[in-house]
Amino acid sequence: MTASNNTVIQLNHVNYFDGDVHILKDITGSFPEGKITTLVGPSGAGKTTLFRLCNGLISPKSGEIYIKNKPITDYEPTTLRRNIGLALQSATMISGTVFSNLALPLSLQGKQLKEEKAKELLRDVRLDEEFLYRNVKDLSGGQRQKVSVARTLVNRPKVLLLDEITSSLDRVSQQDIEELIVKINQKYRTTIIWITHNLQQALSVGDYTWVMMNGEVVETGETSLLDNPQDERVKQFVEGVNV
Amino acid sequence: MSYLTLALALIFVLIPILLSKTLNLGLEKDTIVAVIRSTIQLLAVGYVLQFVFDSESMIFIILMIMLMIFAATHNARKKGVTIKGITWKLVSTYVFIEVLTQSILLGFHIIPPTAQYIIPISGMMIGNSMVLSILFLNRFTAEIDTHQDKAELILSLGGTPKQAIHKQLITSIQASTIPTIESQKTIGLVQLPGMMSGQIIAGADPIQAVQFQLLILFLVLTSAVVTSAMLGFLSYPSLFNNRMQLLKNDKNT
Ligand SMILES: Nc1ncnc2c1ncn2[C@@H]1O[C@H](COP(=O)(O)OP(=O)(O)OP(=O)(O)O)[C@@H](O)[C@H]1O
Ligand SMILES: [Mg+2]
Repeated sequence: MTASNNTVIQLNHVNYFDGDVHILKDITGSFPEGKITTLVGPSGAGKTTLFRLCNGLISPKSGEIYIKNKPITDYEPTTLRRNIGLALQSATMISGTVFSNLALPLSLQGKQLKEEKAKELLRDVRLDEEFLYRNVKDLSGGQRQKVSVARTLVNRPKVLLLDEITSSLDRVSQQDIEELIVKINQKYRTTIIWITHNLQQALSVGDYTWVMMNGEVVETGETSLLDNPQDERVKQFVEGVNV
Repeated sequence: MSYLTLALALIFVLIPILLSKTLNLGLEKDTIVAVIRSTIQLLAVGYVLQFVFDSESMIFIILMIMLMIFAATHNARKKGVTIKGITWKLVSTYVFIEVLTQSILLGFHIIPPTAQYIIPISGMMIGNSMVLSILFLNRFTAEIDTHQDKAELILSLGGTPKQAIHKQLITSIQASTIPTIESQKTIGLVQLPGMMSGQIIAGADPIQAVQFQLLILFLVLTSAVVTSAMLGFLSYPSLFNNRMQLLKNDKNT
């Protein structure tokens, strides 16, 4: 993919190491603005690491990242992170209630979240209002994922990085979240980049897809590529997952 | 007390060694090392103090205090090797504690400006500050390790490093100062503080010994809270880089 005016994130020959381990290898590519791009690939491929780079939690050892055609380093880190929202794979919570977690993004800016707004967020992710003042310790893995997604939405980011946000959800909740994300994408033209292990999900929500393996991007294109992969490794991966 | 009677006191060294041997506690070597070290160190300090007291020179007092700060830093820095520039952060903390306490004590004429007062009180302040900094660093590095994910969550949502580490910082300051505060609540009921006991044994008026001990307690309280808070606020920025990224906490110094 080449850079264009409607590219929101562009990576040029990005390399990332952890100590001596080469984790991301010469990643080049871009994410189109206002679209949903899914990121698939086996465990350990480097998908989460790529998200951490885009959110600015880590920096590449070499190569450049551009956000809206400006080097990522030109942005103030806090502004960048509010605009490139990340829903963590682990759905980490701060200790306290669901409400204090939902209020966190605003409280970091010295603002308050209205209870009404918090309830609306819970409705959006299909979590009952009664959970608002529950302690997050008592939530199930799936409920936690819902709170995590809702919390990421509070900053109204221009780009949403969603890291396996439905992995612990039942079929119905999963579809609800998918609908919610598609709705956000359509209503606010929010760019979505979505890591998923669920190829069905990738096919149903994604406009574009990146397939990553072993720290490399092995195939990119319209999501339909998953139906007919060119790369032999991708073919095996797709068949393996579908079995 | 003569050296002969002091030698008899070695009976109290034999007891733990024998006990350790019979019960296989494996403490013999450490006990012997501790006894030899404390004997040599304290005797040396005794002679040095005598010399400093006789000389009545401010230079020697300051040299003594610098030596104490050096020793305290050397001891505490091992607990904070993961924090960049920990040596200077510790030195600044100890110097600050020393200057703060002495300027109040001397400034308000609470104690006379003689080596006899300045040195023992400095020793207690710096020693206490050292223990507190070790407690703080132990807790803080552990907190960061276990709650790294929470710190990163806050960063990822657009929080600042200070916001990301605030909870861990406060917890560590509290945890390290609580023992000091708690132990002061029961002081005198269970055990008499060492300095007061020493003064009473040496023949001082108990009320005067108590007054002095109270002074020391208040100083210890100050040095405890100031040490943890100051060290905390000096330390946390070095856990992040200028891109507000949490630095990986591994063996690097
Ligand atoms: N903080 C870290 N420190 C060291 N190595 C890491 C770290 N995070 C990830 N790695 C390593 O980097 C590689 C890529 O990890 P990453 O989490 O990006 O994979 P992933 O594609 O998200 O996998 P999964 O689908 O299992 O979430 C792995 O080999 C992993 O062990
Ligand atoms: Mg991952």
